[in-house]
Amino acid sequence: MNENKINEKRRSFLVKLSVGLAAISAAIAGVPVLSAVFAPLIKKTPKLWRQVGLVDTFNVGDTKLVTFENADPENWAGVTAHSAAWLRRDAENKFTAFSANCTHLGCPVRWESDAELFMCPCHGGVYYKDGTVAAGPPPKALVQYAVRINKNQVEIQTAPIPITNITA
Amino acid sequence: MNKLKQIWRWIDDRSGFSEIFMPLIKHPVPPGAKWSYVFGSATLFCLVLQVITGVALSLLYQPSSSDAYQSLQFITHQAAFGRTLRGIHYFGASAMIIMVGIHMIRVYITAAYKYPREMAWISGVILLFMTIAMGFTGQLLRWDSNGVWSSVVAAEQLGRVPFIGKWLARLLLGGDTIGGHSLSRFYAYHVFIIPAIIFLFVGYHLMLVIRNGISEPPKAGRPVDPKTYRKWYKELLEKSGVPFWPYAAWRDLLFGALVIIAIIGMAVAFGPPELTQPPDPAIIYATPKPDWYMLSIFSLFALMPPNIESYMIVIGPVLTIIILLALPFISNKGERSPIRRPWAIFGSGCVVVFIFSLFLLGERSDWSPNFKAKPLNASTIHSTDQHVVHGASLFYKKGCLYCHKVGEAGGMKGPDLSHVYTRLSEGEMKIRIVNGGDDMPAYGGILSKKDMEDVIAFLKSRK
Repeated sequence: MNENKINEKRRSFLVKLSVGLAAISAAIAGVPVLSAVFAPLIKKTPKLWRQVGLVDTFNVGDTKLVTFENADPENWAGVTAHSAAWLRRDAENKFTAFSANCTHLGCPVRWESDAELFMCPCHGGVYYKDGTVAAGPPPKALVQYAVRINKNQVEIQTAPIPITNITA
Repeated sequence: MNKLKQIWRWIDDRSGFSEIFMPLIKHPVPPGAKWSYVFGSATLFCLVLQVITGVALSLLYQPSSSDAYQSLQFITHQAAFGRTLRGIHYFGASAMIIMVGIHMIRVYITAAYKYPREMAWISGVILLFMTIAMGFTGQLLRWDSNGVWSSVVAAEQLGRVPFIGKWLARLLLGGDTIGGHSLSRFYAYHVFIIPAIIFLFVGYHLMLVIRNGISEPPKAGRPVDPKTYRKWYKELLEKSGVPFWPYAAWRDLLFGALVIIAIIGMAVAFGPPELTQPPDPAIIYATPKPDWYMLSIFSLFALMPPNIESYMIVIGPVLTIIILLALPFISNKGERSPIRRPWAIFGSGCVVVFIFSLFLLGERSDWSPNFKAKPLNASTIHSTDQHVVHGASLFYKKGCLYCHKVGEAGGMKGPDLSHVYTRLSEGEMKIRIVNGGDDMPAYGGILSKKDMEDVIAFLKSRK
């Protein structure tokens, strides 16, 4: 009777031990797995200034498409490391850079220079030249990039793809 | 010959093949389970085809953000039978979505989700969404300009999820922007993660089919009573059940084979979707559009009132999933016959018509500006008046023609202005142009006074 009781206790302890060890080993193995899954949330992307052209290559009043490299491109990113923005020279020393992503669902907006409007091909979003919504479903104005002039070069600060949230 | 039989008997005895599989293959099914029952197995045949062609494609495809586009060009234009292989995988995905849709409608209309098959319905709902997810991630692996921008659209939709939206968007894209990690992630979703979930639930779904048996064809006045159903079903099978193989399975095989032949035929005749421009996010002259099975949702985003859209992007799918999962709990007994459930038929009909209408609207995409519109020609302008001619030129240059049709040219977003002067006065036209409207920009700050007069002169000539 006593021996059975001891055996039962021993069995119960060994069951707990084996389940516990299995759980610990799974948890330890899970650390690198989860770090791969959540890597994009863990990694901090730097914000860098990228040159997009000499100041004189932009005429006052014109809006031009400029392309630049993302902040932290991987060697295997190829052409996907590129970003684009619509850059306008408002005055001699003033530039504005608009994101090329529609705030509705991120599609690429295009500048129609004669109409002075940004238009989105996906769902018909339209923006005025200052980026405010003119028509269609976009919930907010076009997002702007930070711009500066540095040693006669126009520079744009890299930024994430603008993601519109539910309250926009 | 006897030696071969002996060898087979040894293998069969030690492997347990007959012991394990023969009861499954020969399990009795209710009589009368005929052609309406073939869509589930046809979905399975499509899945097997997708797995096989997917493995073959993975031998040729480079799952790297920088190289995928070139490898797709190689598969399509250089690899032996590569075009056909991509075509089969593309049309196979379409067929799988059609089959899973018809299967689900059949199960709903005949109320086969009722007791004791609730879990078969729930696992089926999960499989439906996984199939759609496979279709969408597959479209992203077609890593061209359309694939890049479609992934941004998906990230934007995830971004609407309250509190964690931006994190979900980053997890999807593999970072803040499209880049080296993006395609690796889409590849992992499409080739490992979602298929693993599909295999798990297909196995469970089939296990439930064996455990609970396939639903008998419904009969008006023969309701499902959970207290007596299992006993009644067992007696039905004992009395008049027929072995699945070959008496029921031959229809599955025949229909499945015809579906696969049709897929291959379409692949050979039409080929896979042609690639668009390279996957460079700086190429912004692109018009992203999803494959046909997502086109209804694409249309919904264009037609929904903007003030509720952000909420509906989140609430819509969540509500749909909850309703579908809740169905067998709301109604798990009673009549199964469609004749006694007219609202079920009406509801299914409405859903099909709704989705199909949105699909047709998505094909036309009238809400998108027609960037391909060309300047109006002399015969359409039909005037030598300098103001009218200049107005017509401005009508094109200022983007009006992208949204309004004049004669045969122009877009469909706004009203057709071919005869606008027969319904609007000069004053009314001016007010609309200056102030804009619900879905039209205000041109008051864009057009000079003289340009405005010429545009009006042109519109006044449209009668």
